[in-house]
Amino acid sequence: MSRISKTDSRLREHQDAVAHDLYANRVKVYPKTVRGPMRRIKWAVLIACLAVYYVLPWVRWYRGPNQPGQAVLLDISTERFYFFNLELWPQDIWLLAGLLILGAVLLFLVTSLVGRVWCGYTCPQTVWTDLFMWIEKEIEGDRNERMARDAAPLTADTIWKKTLKHGIWLAIAFWTGGAWIMYYTDAPTVAVDFWTGSAATPVYFFTGLFTLTTYLLAGWAREQVCTYMCPWPRFQSAMLDDQSFTVTYQAWRGEPRARGKRVEGGPQRGDCVDCGMCVAACPTGIDIRDGIQLECINCGLCMDACDHVMARTGQAKGLITWDTLARQAAKKAGKKEPIRILRPRTMIYLTAMTAAVIVMSTALMMRSTLGLSVQRDRAPLFVMLADGSLRNGYTVKISNKTQTNAPYDLSITGLPGAKMVVAEGDPKPQTVLRVLGSSDGVETLRVLVTARPAELSNGAQPVDFILRDTATGAQTVYHSTFMGPAGYAGGR
Amino acid sequence: MPTKIEKDSVSGRDTTGHEWDGIKELDTPLPKWWIYTFYSSIAVAFVLFLLYPSIPYGPGYWHGLLGYSPRKAVDAEVAKLQAERKVSMDKIATLSFDQIKADPALLEVALTKGKITFEENCQACHGAGGSGHPGFPALAAGSWLWGGKLTDIQRTVTHGIRSGDPAAHTSAMPPFGELGLLKPEQIQQVADFVWSKFYGHVTEGQDVSAGAALFAQNCAPCHGADGQGNRLVGAPRLNSRIHLYGDAREIIVSQVTKPRMGVMPNWNARLDPATIKCVTLYVHSLGGGE
Repeated sequence: MSRISKTDSRLREHQDAVAHDLYANRVKVYPKTVRGPMRRIKWAVLIACLAVYYVLPWVRWYRGPNQPGQAVLLDISTERFYFFNLELWPQDIWLLAGLLILGAVLLFLVTSLVGRVWCGYTCPQTVWTDLFMWIEKEIEGDRNERMARDAAPLTADTIWKKTLKHGIWLAIAFWTGGAWIMYYTDAPTVAVDFWTGSAATPVYFFTGLFTLTTYLLAGWAREQVCTYMCPWPRFQSAMLDDQSFTVTYQAWRGEPRARGKRVEGGPQRGDCVDCGMCVAACPTGIDIRDGIQLECINCGLCMDACDHVMARTGQAKGLITWDTLARQAAKKAGKKEPIRILRPRTMIYLTAMTAAVIVMSTALMMRSTLGLSVQRDRAPLFVMLADGSLRNGYTVKISNKTQTNAPYDLSITGLPGAKMVVAEGDPKPQTVLRVLGSSDGVETLRVLVTARPAELSNGAQPVDFILRDTATGAQTVYHSTFMGPAGYAGGR
Repeated sequence: MPTKIEKDSVSGRDTTGHEWDGIKELDTPLPKWWIYTFYSSIAVAFVLFLLYPSIPYGPGYWHGLLGYSPRKAVDAEVAKLQAERKVSMDKIATLSFDQIKADPALLEVALTKGKITFEENCQACHGAGGSGHPGFPALAAGSWLWGGKLTDIQRTVTHGIRSGDPAAHTSAMPPFGELGLLKPEQIQQVADFVWSKFYGHVTEGQDVSAGAALFAQNCAPCHGADGQGNRLVGAPRLNSRIHLYGDAREIIVSQVTKPRMGVMPNWNARLDPATIKCVTLYVHSLGGGE
């Protein structure tokens, strides 16, 4: 009891400080371990997230000889992103933009339905903080023991346990930083190179950077990241409405809160026994009974804590529960309020998300593996030859996004009689150029087009370059122009 | 000036003694972390003074314990780059043009080096991309005076034209008008003939037979009976749509009367043979190469 009242006094001191000063020192949060369904879900999500993060770089995927054998790889040196059997080029970066938009809308939708569950369960900050808190609890003991230890003078035991804790934190942080690097380079190779000192400098730099950030953010900064650094809590209220499910203290049931036995005919008392367990369990150190607030990450650990107390005091569970503001108001008034999942807000988010999914998946499936880009020479714009015909130079880039060499035909339309040669290539003029596009590569050619158009009234006329894959018949077109002197009339 | 230092009752701090219209200034100390950072910055500055070149004195300066010199660092960087380039440039110097063209990577190096060299040395007269200027041949068009094969271009670039180099291309067109070899009216007749026959600006009903006879006698030995030019003496091709000094009748008259003859420097005085090879390949690749 004395410790709990100490919590209250600490909290009050903190609130006083906030009220009277511009700057308040952080009150260290010592979350109490709880057990219950929310805690079990949190563990399951945590294990799933970390398993994906740590294991994914080690998943192998055969793509052919001399191709990277890693399932998920963001290869910066060759500018390729591999995701299982999908291979993306820098030109496909807009897919990433689409994915981010999709992620944002999904986040909006989930928030409008069930509040900040992203923050409470899946956000990396929450996942690693949770993991670090568990290690802290296993080594230093639970809340009360840790508070007593920090308040007491240093002992050898404390020094040893703190050292051990920080050591394990750093080891996990290092593993985290190392796993990050493995998404950018071959995992088994870098795992060996790292220790033989032959890995690239960026590998050491970013491993160090992410080791440091993981250790500092999950070990030291914790809830301050959510409260002060993250923008999301600041505009979450734009997504929430009175139909959104959030972690809710049912004040109509709990108030007036009071300690002691509920006696027939005694003073009127609510179900809340004011034990402070919900505050003790909170990883961000807030009191959920004050209602929905900026710091609340919607993790539901206070629900588990409260349900225990409710069971012990012989009252119904769910004094703190998932509920909406509208239903709370209805319950208070003794009425029934249906759960409304489909409402204008969620419908808009759903529509936007469906549209984004359709656009993205269509674009991904229709994505051409054949790329053609043509850049006209700017100096000189055109060259007139001795016989009066005109020549224009073009830099042609042909990208082959497949894993096989492909024979391509490059032709030009809109310019009758046009002949092409490749600079410093075969000097014989051709109407169709045969180009071998090597697998997973870009061919750059300087193509000189000679023609004698009947007239060029504006000094230019549109032409189309057509690239055809002779093996598959797929083709792509690039619009360009052919230029000459204004008023050109066939060179005579 | 500070007049009266007193204790502020709210904060418990001293005032500075400054007062403006009843507003007093608190003597708030700088934060400790700021002071320590400031002092350690000064300390670090002294260490840097010792380590790096810093204090000048009379004839010299303190070189620093590390012996660092930005000039030496740049020299080392340049030497390193040159050593890297030397590998390719040595290959280009020894290999033939055909061998260079057979190696795509080496050809790319040569063309890039050639492009940069061209932009620095040749572009001023021959135009960007070899587009040419009046009096300076359009290299991209292939209107070669002295030949457009790789070896021809290499020779022209190396020794120049009328440059004074012993192996330079040299020729001179006689100043027919100035020396009185042709009378002014004869020059007009030749110009009429060349203008209609070779330049293609035909005037209906015009008789150019007198000019034709004069051309066959005086000009054809170098410029050819069909105006096809002669690369052995650098005589320009006349039966063309592009012309060295421009497409105008008065230019024909002025050239016959007192010809201008261009000079190109011999680049062997400024560029090494490998670089000349590179610029030759680049010029050849512009489209006019034969």
